Amino acid sequence: MNTDKWVLVHADCVLEESSSGDFCEGEKINAGEASEEVVESWLAITWRRFYRNKVAVVSLILFFGIILVAILAPIISPYDPNQTVGAFDAGPTAQNIMGTDDVGRDLLSRLIYGSRVSLIVGVGSVFIYAVIGITLGLLSGYLGGTVDSVIMRITEVFMAYPHFMIIMVIVSMIGPNMLTVMLVMGFMGWPPICRLVRGEVLKVKSMDYIASAIVTGYSSRTIVAKHILPNVMSPILVNATFGIASAILMEASLSFLGMGVQPPTASWGNMLTSAQSLTVLSEQPWRWIPPGVAVLVSVLDINFLGD
Amino acid sequence: MCRYVIKRLLISLPVLFLISVGAFLLVHLTPGDPVDMYISPEMTQAQMDLTRSILGLDKPLFIQYFDWMKNLLGGNLGFSFSSRQPVGEIIGQRFSPTLILMSVSLLVAYLSAIPLGIIAALNKNSWIDRTIIGWTFINVSFPPFFLGLALIYLFAIKLDLLPTGGMLVLGQEDDLAGRVTHLILPVVVMASQFSANMIRYVRASVLDVMDQNYIRTAVSKGLSEMHILVAHIFRNSLIPIVTVIGTDLPKIIGGAVITEQIFQWPGIGSLTVAAINSRDYPVLMAVVILSAIAVLVANLLVDVMYAVIDPRIRYEK
Repeated sequence: MNTDKWVLVHADCVLEESSSGDFCEGEKINAGEASEEVVESWLAITWRRFYRNKVAVVSLILFFGIILVAILAPIISPYDPNQTVGAFDAGPTAQNIMGTDDVGRDLLSRLIYGSRVSLIVGVGSVFIYAVIGITLGLLSGYLGGTVDSVIMRITEVFMAYPHFMIIMVIVSMIGPNMLTVMLVMGFMGWPPICRLVRGEVLKVKSMDYIASAIVTGYSSRTIVAKHILPNVMSPILVNATFGIASAILMEASLSFLGMGVQPPTASWGNMLTSAQSLTVLSEQPWRWIPPGVAVLVSVLDINFLGD
Repeated sequence: MCRYVIKRLLISLPVLFLISVGAFLLVHLTPGDPVDMYISPEMTQAQMDLTRSILGLDKPLFIQYFDWMKNLLGGNLGFSFSSRQPVGEIIGQRFSPTLILMSVSLLVAYLSAIPLGIIAALNKNSWIDRTIIGWTFINVSFPPFFLGLALIYLFAIKLDLLPTGGMLVLGQEDDLAGRVTHLILPVVVMASQFSANMIRYVRASVLDVMDQNYIRTAVSKGLSEMHILVAHIFRNSLIPIVTVIGTDLPKIIGGAVITEQIFQWPGIGSLTVAAINSRDYPVLMAVVILSAIAVLVANLLVDVMYAVIDPRIRYEK
C-alpha cells in the first residue's frame, strides 16, 4: 500500500528536510564510521545544530521546566489537589490564586498535578509504541519475505481503524484510567513508526557498508543493532517527539470526554470536562481556561522541539 | 487502470475480514454485560437466561460472529440495545450530518491552505513565511476541545453572534441561514486541524519543485511568472497534496468525535460517545466497522488519485 503516505503523517518534516538537504548530511557523513563513533558524532552533530536554533533552545528550557514542575508537584503545589480547601466555585483569591472548582479544590494544585498525568501518559505511551514499532520495523525491513508481508498486513489492519475513535472505544471498554489510557495508546500507536523504521532500514540496507559488514561475517543481530539502528535513529527521534505531543493531546481529549483519566485524579483534560456546561463556560472561565492553555503550551512546546 | 483498482480491492478483502473480527472481539471480550441493560432486580434467573438467549448472547463466540456476519452481509445490522431501533436506521440518520461537517471542513481547509502554502514558499524565510508556519504550529497544537469551548465562549456567549451547538434551528428545518450559522464554529475547529498539515506540505512541495531544472528552463524561456506557477509548479506539487488528502480522507467518519460532542452535532462521533456510555454493542460494532470501511475506501480513492496524477504509477503496475 502507500508506505510513505503513513510515514509522512507523523514525521511531517521529512519533506522539508529532504528539500533543504542539510538534515541528511550528518547521517551521510558518519554513515561509514565505526559504530561507537557513530553514536557520539550523531549526538554531537544534533546538539550543534540544535544550539544554533534559538527557538529550539527556548523550547528545551520550557520542556525541562514542565518536567521540573511535574517532579516537584508535592513541594510547589500550595494544597492537596484532592482536598476541599476553600469555597465552592470561587474565583481567584489570595488563598487560591487560580480559584477553586465545584467541590472547593484548589485549581493551581490540580493544574500542577495534572502535568504529571500528561507527561507520564505522553512519554509512556510513546515509549511503548516506539519499542514495538522499532522492533517490528527492524524485523520487517531486515528479514523481508514472509515476515515482512505478515507484519505489513497487520499494520494495515491496525491503521484501518480511525485512530482516536478506536482508542476511545477500547479504553472505555476495559475501564478508563491513567494506566489503560497509556497502554492502549502504546499498543495502538506503533504502525506508523514501524513503517518509518522499515523504510529507513530498506534504504540503509542497500548501502555498501552493510554489505561489507555481512562479508566480514558479523551476525545479523550485530549488524542490525550496531550498524542499522544508529543510522535510523534521527527520524525515529523526530517521530517520537511529535508522538509525545499528540499523545498528550489525545490523553487530554479522552479525559475531557470522560473516557480517560477519571476524577478525582486531576488531568488537564478532565479539568475541562465541567466546561461542557454553559454555566461553567460562561461564568467561571478560571475553571477551564488555565488547563486548556496548559495543554496548548506544552504541546506547542514539544512540537517546536521536534521541529 | 481498471485492473489496478480491482487488484487493490482484492488486497483489501483479508484486511476487511480481520477488521470485522477485531471489531467483534473488541466489544465481546470486554468486561460489562449487555444483559445488564435489560434486567431488573426482581427478574428470576430463568427470565435472565431467556433474555440472554433472545439476544443470542448464550451461544459460543464464533457462532455469534458468524450470525452477526451473516446478518451484516444481508444488510441487517441488528437492533440498538438502548433505543431498540434498527442500527442501520440510526447510522443512516447520523451519517449525513457527519459527512456535511467533514466535507465542508475539508473544503474550507484546503481552499485556505493551498494558497497559504504557496505564498509561504514564494516568500521563503521572510516574515510572511514565518508567520504562516507559526500559525500552523498553533493550529496543530490547539486541543480541539479547548478551541471549541473558546470559540463558543467568544462568539456564542460573549458576542452572541452564533449558536452554541446543534445543527439547525428547531422547527425550521428548511432555514438555510440557520444551518450555515450552526456550521461555522464546528467547521472552524475541524478546518484548523486539517489546514495546518496541508499548508506545510504545499510549502515544502512547492519549494522542492522550484529547485528543479525544468522550472529554470521555463524561467529562461521567458514564460510569465503566473504561467510557471500554475502550469509547472502547482501541477508538479500535486502528489504531496494527494498524500495529505490521503491522511485526511480516512478521518471523514471517525475523526470528528470531539467536535461533534462539543457542538452537539448529531453525527457519527456523538453517536459513538453515546453508544459507549450505554454499552450499546450493536451500534458500537456498526460504527467501528463502518468507519474502518470508510478508511479503506478512502485509501483506495487516494491510490487511484495517485495513478491519475502520476502516469509513472499507472504504468508500473
